[in-house]
Amino acid sequence: MAIIHVTATNFAEIKASEKTVLLDFYADWCGPCRMVAPILEDIASEREDIIIGKINVDDEGSLAHQFGVVSIPTLVVMKNGEIVHQSAGARPKAQILKLLES
Amino acid sequence: MAHIYDMIILGGGPAGYSAALYAARAGFDTLVIEKMSAGGQMALTDIIDNYPGFDEGVDGFTLGMKMQAGAERFGAKSEYGEVLSVDLAGEVKTVKTDSGDYQTRTVVIATGANPRPLGLPDEATLIGRGLHYCAHCDGRFYKDKTVMVVGGGNSAVSDALYLSRIAKKVLLVHRRDTLRATRVYHEPLMKASNVEFLWNKTVSDVVMGDRIIGATLQDVKTGTSEQVLCDGIFVSIGRVPATECLNGQLPLDDYGYIIADETTRTAIPGVYAVGDVRTKALRQVVTAAADGAVAVHFAEEYL
Repeated sequence: MAIIHVTATNFAEIKASEKTVLLDFYADWCGPCRMVAPILEDIASEREDIIIGKINVDDEGSLAHQFGVVSIPTLVVMKNGEIVHQSAGARPKAQILKLLES
Repeated sequence: MAHIYDMIILGGGPAGYSAALYAARAGFDTLVIEKMSAGGQMALTDIIDNYPGFDEGVDGFTLGMKMQAGAERFGAKSEYGEVLSVDLAGEVKTVKTDSGDYQTRTVVIATGANPRPLGLPDEATLIGRGLHYCAHCDGRFYKDKTVMVVGGGNSAVSDALYLSRIAKKVLLVHRRDTLRATRVYHEPLMKASNVEFLWNKTVSDVVMGDRIIGATLQDVKTGTSEQVLCDGIFVSIGRVPATECLNGQLPLDDYGYIIADETTRTAIPGVYAVGDVRTKALRQVVTAAADGAVAVHFAEEYL
C-alpha cells in the first residue's frame, strides 16, 4: 500500500479508514526520522492491510499539536478512528510491526 | 553446513562501516549487522564539522549512508536485526539476531553507546511526554517555551546553546559548580542572556501534568529539594556503552567499555572492539573510523 502524505485536509478521510492506520510524525531535518523512513517504505510494500500516513510536523503544526507530538519521529497506530498506540523514537522494523498488533 | 563469514561486524556506525570497507576491500567475506539504519549516533547529529574532507560540514545521516555505500561497493553486505546474543569462544563464532543466526571466524564489535538515562522509575514512559535525549531532534517543539538541560559536558552545553536560540529560557542543571565542557563553549553560553545556571543539582523526579511540567531538583550539597517548572527536559549526562549482547564474555572497564588497546584486540582472539564501545581517550567519528581500519589490519594477521 502506498504511503500517503497526510495533511489537515485529508486527515479525516484517513482516520475513517477501515484499515489499520500507522501515522509517522516526522521532519526532513530529523536524523532518526530519516532512519525510520526506509523501514516504513518496506512495511508499506509488504502490508496491504495497513495505511501508512506521513505527517510533516513543519507543515502540519496543528495535527502535531492535536496529537501532542513533542518528539519526532512519533508513531501512532489507529484502529477504527481510535488511537491504540502512540510512542516517540526511532525503532527497528520488528518493533514497528509489533506496534501494529496493539 | 551454514555459511561461515570471514568477519561479522556488529553495528553500522562509522567504526563498523570503516571496518567493513577495509575488510571487503581486503577480500574478506564481510557482513554488517545493524539494528536500524547506518550511521549510529552520528546519524542523530545535525552537522559534523570535524570529519576531514567535508569543507562545508556534512550531516551525520548522509555521512552514514555514504560510509555504508562505500563498504558495499567492495562487496560488504548489510543485514538489519537486533543482536540477541553472541558466542565468541572457539574458531567459529555465532551471532544470534532477531532475524536469524550467523557464523563467522572474526567478530568486530562496533555497537557504540546510547544516551545515559536519568535513572528515574518508568523513565521510558516519559519519552514523547516532555523528556528528550536529542536537542537537535526535538528542540524546535519548544519555541518560546522554557526548557531544562541536564548535564555539564560538551554535549550538554552545545544542547543548551542550541536551545537558547529557540526557547524563551534555558535552565542548565549540573551536579557540580563548574562546567566540564571545553573552554570554547563557555563564553557563548555565558553571553546567552536566556540561560540560567542551576549548580550542584540533580534531577530526582519529574513533575507531571498531562505531560512533564517541571522537575524536582535535589541540591547535592544541602540535600534539599525544590520543584522547578519547565515545559521540557533535555538529558545530556553522558553515554552508556552498548554491551548487553555480550553476556559478560569480554572484560569491561568500570564504566562498561570493552577493554581493548589501540590494536582494538580484545581478550578473545579474533574479536575486536572498535569505536565508542572501546576504552579510549577520544570518542569522535574520526577515531571510530580509524579503529575500524586497525581492527581489520589485526584480523588479517589472525586469519
